[in-house]
Amino acid sequence: MPTYVNPKLCKNNGKCMEICPSDIMFVNKETNFSYNLEPDMCWECFSCVKTCPEHAISVRPYADISPMLSEVTVLRDEKTNRIAWEIKYRDQKTVKKFDFAIRTTPWDSIKVPTGPTLKDPTLNNELLAHEGPHFGTVKGGHR
Amino acid sequence: MNVKHVDSDILIVGGGMAGCGAAYEARFWGKDLKIVIAEKAHIDRSGAVAQGLSAINTYLGYEEGENKVEDFVNYAKGDLMGLVREDINYDVGRHVDPSVRLMEEWGLPIIKDEKTGKYVREGRWQILIHGESYKPIVAEAGRKAASEVVNRAVITHLLMDKNDPNRVAGAIGFDGRDGSLLVFKAKAVVLAAGGGTHIFRPRSVGEGWGRTWYSPWSSGSAYGLEIQAGAKMTQMEVRLIPTRFKDGYGPVGAWFLYLKAYATNRLGERYENNREKLRPLVGDYADAKPMPTCLRNHLMIEELKEGRGPIIMHTDKVLDTPEKVEAGWEDFLDMTISQAGLWASQNHDPATRGYEIMPTEPYIMGSHAVNAGAWVSGPEDVAPKEYQWGYNHMTTVTGLFAAGDAAGGAAHKFSSGSFAEGRIAGKSAVRFVRDHELHVPAFDTATVDKYGEQIFQPLENYKVGRNYITQGTVSPYYLYPSQGLKRLEKIMDEYAGGWTSYYMTNADLLNRGLELLTMLREDLEYLGAEDLHQLTRAWELVHRVWTAEAVVRHTLAREETRWPGYYYRSDFPKVDDKNWKLFLVSRRDPVSGIWTMEKVKYLPMAKPTVPVAPA
Ligand SMILES: Cc1cc2nc3c(=O)[nH]c(=O)nc-3n(C[C@H](O)[C@H](O)[C@H](O)COP(=O)(O)OP(=O)(O)OC[C@H]3O[C@@H](n4cnc5c(N)ncnc54)[C@H](O)[C@@H]3O)c2cc1C
Ligand code: SF4
Ligand code: SF4
Repeated sequence: MPTYVNPKLCKNNGKCMEICPSDIMFVNKETNFSYNLEPDMCWECFSCVKTCPEHAISVRPYADISPMLSEVTVLRDEKTNRIAWEIKYRDQKTVKKFDFAIRTTPWDSIKVPTGPTLKDPTLNNELLAHEGPHFGTVKGGHR
Repeated sequence: MNVKHVDSDILIVGGGMAGCGAAYEARFWGKDLKIVIAEKAHIDRSGAVAQGLSAINTYLGYEEGENKVEDFVNYAKGDLMGLVREDINYDVGRHVDPSVRLMEEWGLPIIKDEKTGKYVREGRWQILIHGESYKPIVAEAGRKAASEVVNRAVITHLLMDKNDPNRVAGAIGFDGRDGSLLVFKAKAVVLAAGGGTHIFRPRSVGEGWGRTWYSPWSSGSAYGLEIQAGAKMTQMEVRLIPTRFKDGYGPVGAWFLYLKAYATNRLGERYENNREKLRPLVGDYADAKPMPTCLRNHLMIEELKEGRGPIIMHTDKVLDTPEKVEAGWEDFLDMTISQAGLWASQNHDPATRGYEIMPTEPYIMGSHAVNAGAWVSGPEDVAPKEYQWGYNHMTTVTGLFAAGDAAGGAAHKFSSGSFAEGRIAGKSAVRFVRDHELHVPAFDTATVDKYGEQIFQPLENYKVGRNYITQGTVSPYYLYPSQGLKRLEKIMDEYAGGWTSYYMTNADLLNRGLELLTMLREDLEYLGAEDLHQLTRAWELVHRVWTAEAVVRHTLAREETRWPGYYYRSDFPKVDDKNWKLFLVSRRDPVSGIWTMEKVKYLPMAKPTVPVAPA
């Protein structure tokens, strides 16, 4: 399902362009709308769809492979840490809805690790951060 | 031309699973070091895990007494028909569980059994996660650990030290947004630029061309960079052919292992247990338990060749509770949304009807049920001395480390093992930097200038060439990256064992392929790029062509069929343990351009001196 953008909703903020791992969402400087400039290199990863704050991006199944008329839509919320999916079938009747967790801690809560100095002899052994005294003997694996 | 210089102690190329692991670990041991990540996309959604994953495929559970590290080594070795770097597999195995726990602490939702508190197993090695945000979570850790992340930094070449041509001094590339030349200088470089798709022609066509199982932006850059720098490579002949749901490429792991579905041919036969059919080709490997991935493929390919397709996965026989239905759909929504979309587009209900599965096109990778990549130094305590030259996970280029898909030898690392391996390489790089405290990396300015010109040449080619045509894509003056890519895929598919020939090749085909590939490589000089986006595609193609050449040369050199189901040499159709139970290690001399192919003896790992399991 390569992406396409609804001109009524796109606010030209460039967020889809920033995130797309395939480097194919671009803001057209003349129209001020973003678009998928290379649909045949779209993985349908939905990264741009999940990111667009205006919900301007949709996907429709790869035309050369899939029958028409179905749709997958998604809402991802970093406050509730849930993601909601809706899958609408070609028959326009069957709808499947799913809702999953995406994270168990608040965003931006991961700490920068601090270890010993470069002079510390533990830099010479095969133990990684938070491991030891022997590999994997610490309950919970680390700390 | 605008030039940006970024100096650091440790440069990490690629901020995927392995790259983020490397940054985290390097920061832990190297408190005050400058650690920079150069990432070609945006770190929050880059690499193979961009859309998420529904399982962590490598978790041993050794504290819980589920598996020993040795079991993991034996499993990987068995699956790869006897050929893995046991020392590296062991190393990854002993660090993977604590790495998974770390990710859980960061907030990755791992599904647990309410009664036992243990992670829920998908299979013996896999655990289930709600992994939609797997990448952004791991990226948050990597991003914070790094001193700087340069997003949209497309690395094209590694830079070597001017006083030592076999020592890395940094990397060069361009900013995919503002078009400046990026020159990174570093004392050590960790290469973690992922695997290779679109080396072979995908089954997908037209608008769906980007629908491959592994991500289309896995551009073989790790291999391209390693080969150009003169690093030794191993196992480049082994390609991954995963079995996937047809056309959507939805993974089958959860369906086979967790939901316990099975597959049959058109006659309703469960073809997959026919070990006797394997014996003439592979001898006693026919008895390997579990059956190696390539052999399972082989049995399916035989069914298809003999006209007993389609192969159907009986999802309808196992989706008997709402929980299972949900697990089946989540498996796709967390990592291959296309499959859910495809089923919806075909009004397909997996609870009432099975669905076709297929062997895909080949992928070049170091992290899955294959182990292509750089030949790296093993861990001090368990690596045989022949596989050990100072720093754990350093390639044969001084100061250049590799992890994840970029590192060859160990198999079955997957996301968690790649992350753990990145951590191993990250710590090792810190040691290297400490030991070479007084070394000042330096490169030859003429080389930087030369690369600077080469990097932007495709823009120039296009600008000049388009003056000689009115409009359109047909021009004798330049080659579009997508045209070059299609040429590459066709060559590899038809000569090097792609899906259209049922993965069959031989010396004559490979030699002809090599000839055509050489002409393609010569033509890369004429790549034409309209804009910075096309320039990215141009350099991705360059890296893919290097990867492909290594694949063909390795495949040609190994005169046996060790992995039937991944590829076949019709001129040497059997496993030949007597002559070929060894690693092929190749090197392309960066000065002469000559490739050498070395046969390296298979050596088991040494006995570990530090206990792994709790006393
Ligand atoms: C559909 C799918 C399903 C999978 N299922 C599972 C599963 O269930 N469980 C599991 O554990 N694993 C699974 N995997 C495998 C897992 O994703 C990989 O093993 C892992 O991501 C490899 O890590 P890596 O760091 O080597 O590569 P990646 O994570 O791909 O990272 C490579 C990074 O390098 C960057 N890069 C590439 N080229 C350049 C360049 N020239 N310059 C700068 N940066 C560059 C990329 O943008 C990327 O960020 C799956 C993968 C896919 C695609
Ligand atoms: S993220 Fe949404 S609003 Fe912003 S440019 Fe893209 S489509 Fe338009
Ligand atoms: S779905 Fe993924 S690959 Fe396609 S445009 Fe969006 S972010 Fe890019």
